[in-house]
Amino acid sequence: MIAIKKLDDKTLSRVKTIIFLLALIPFVRLIIGGITDGLGANPIEKITRSTGYWTLTLIMVTLGITPLRKLTGWNWLTRTRRMLGLSAFFYASLHFLTYLVLDQFFDWNGIVKDIIKRPYITVGFPSFLLLLPLAITSNNALIKKLGGKRWRCLHRLVYVVGVGGVVHYWWLVKKDLTNPMTFAVVLAVLLGFRVFYWWRGRQAKS
Amino acid sequence: MRDKIDTRILPSEITSREHYTDRRRFMQMAAGVSAAGLLPESLWAADKLPATANQAYLLDEEKTPYKDVTGYNNFYEFGTSKDDPARHAHTLKTRPWTVTVEGEVHKPKTFAIEELLKLAAMEERVYRLRCVEAWSMVIPWLGYPLSELIKQVEPTGNAKFVEFITLQDPMQMPGQRSAVLEWPYNEGLRMDEAMHPLTLLTFGLYGEMLPNQNGAPIRIVIPWKYGFKSAKSIVKIRFTEHQPVSAWMKAGPSEYGFYSNVNPEVDHRRWSQAKERRIGDFFKRPTLPFNGYADQVAGLYSGMDLQKYF
Repeated sequence: MIAIKKLDDKTLSRVKTIIFLLALIPFVRLIIGGITDGLGANPIEKITRSTGYWTLTLIMVTLGITPLRKLTGWNWLTRTRRMLGLSAFFYASLHFLTYLVLDQFFDWNGIVKDIIKRPYITVGFPSFLLLLPLAITSNNALIKKLGGKRWRCLHRLVYVVGVGGVVHYWWLVKKDLTNPMTFAVVLAVLLGFRVFYWWRGRQAKS
Repeated sequence: MRDKIDTRILPSEITSREHYTDRRRFMQMAAGVSAAGLLPESLWAADKLPATANQAYLLDEEKTPYKDVTGYNNFYEFGTSKDDPARHAHTLKTRPWTVTVEGEVHKPKTFAIEELLKLAAMEERVYRLRCVEAWSMVIPWLGYPLSELIKQVEPTGNAKFVEFITLQDPMQMPGQRSAVLEWPYNEGLRMDEAMHPLTLLTFGLYGEMLPNQNGAPIRIVIPWKYGFKSAKSIVKIRFTEHQPVSAWMKAGPSEYGFYSNVNPEVDHRRWSQAKERRIGDFFKRPTLPFNGYADQVAGLYSGMDLQKYF
């Protein structure tokens, strides 16, 4: 236990490489599926679903870092968060591009109509847009420029994105809510943890 | 042009079964994933079902490959993913099988499947299938008009609707262990819709008996309505005076109506029905009113507000 409480830079960079490679697996599987005709009868639907699923999963993993660090005391975990967050953004971008190019094929008219009329897209599209400032500011230079406090404040947007993403999934499912409900429970636990810590902090102060 | 088509040639012979199985076998070998692809065809080929092509229903559109028709569909009795039916439907036992016809009829009767297979001349018809999820296929079905069966049982004057009820047996249909829909699955038609010549009592596809995942051994196909109206693995046909409440109406009354005619003008509450993706196509195509069968069926609904009776 003590051994992994602190990591030297070399081990940490190895851990980050492993996370990077693991996060790429779903993408590689889609590529292989595309080449070998292994994406089923409706490949566009398959790609949309897979990239959406992995976006949400990686957002949950990213949101899990802080609770896990507080519970274990492994402070190095925070330094893997950027890699995880950017992976989530990578899949969100693929998800959005699949919609834009493969599903709608730049039918702007149809896209605008979707955003206005389809509640799950009304929620999904701005959730994706909110990820953009987070991705752009995920580097040391901009953290320094913004200052830690403002940067942290900005990155709390990820809570909104998490909720938006789960609602987006919930609203598009035809009947079987098993998957969206699982994400909702995980998100509730992860956000509930933060509320609990915040509340306990206040108690301690007063 | 149409008149010159030789009716002795089945559409499934033009694009032969072997064409698809060869492709499938090639891909399985190429991917190196399945030894099943190396087995001789006779080990897994389904029973043939002889039929005569009905030249009035030969569609001039490319048929959806056999592997997609049988590998990608909704049949919640076997799971809610579209590859679940093909993976799980092997547990369904289709023999012995009976269909009970009851309710407002003079001659209620329980038919053995063998009897139903011989009740009228088996036809091959190529129909479009439009799923409510905005994808579509073109499928060569084998069957005969439902009206042939209806005539035999002599509906009473009170018979205004027909209800189709699917088998309920969680042992055979593992999806029924989850309460995703209210089981057994049921669907219904108005009497004139049920008697319409397009409404096909269906026993096969692509020249063979229905594979389990496509609703074996007997299902209904109503090509101008969304796919879920076409109940599968039917065990009971009931004639009623009052409009039945279908499984999907119970599941989402604001999203699924009794009629559920394919209509690009009436969106699903959550998504557009204006376009569809034909399986195998990249670009979406416009959805046609009544799925392209408006000439034959629009008259059934004249004077009805289709926004209201969706």
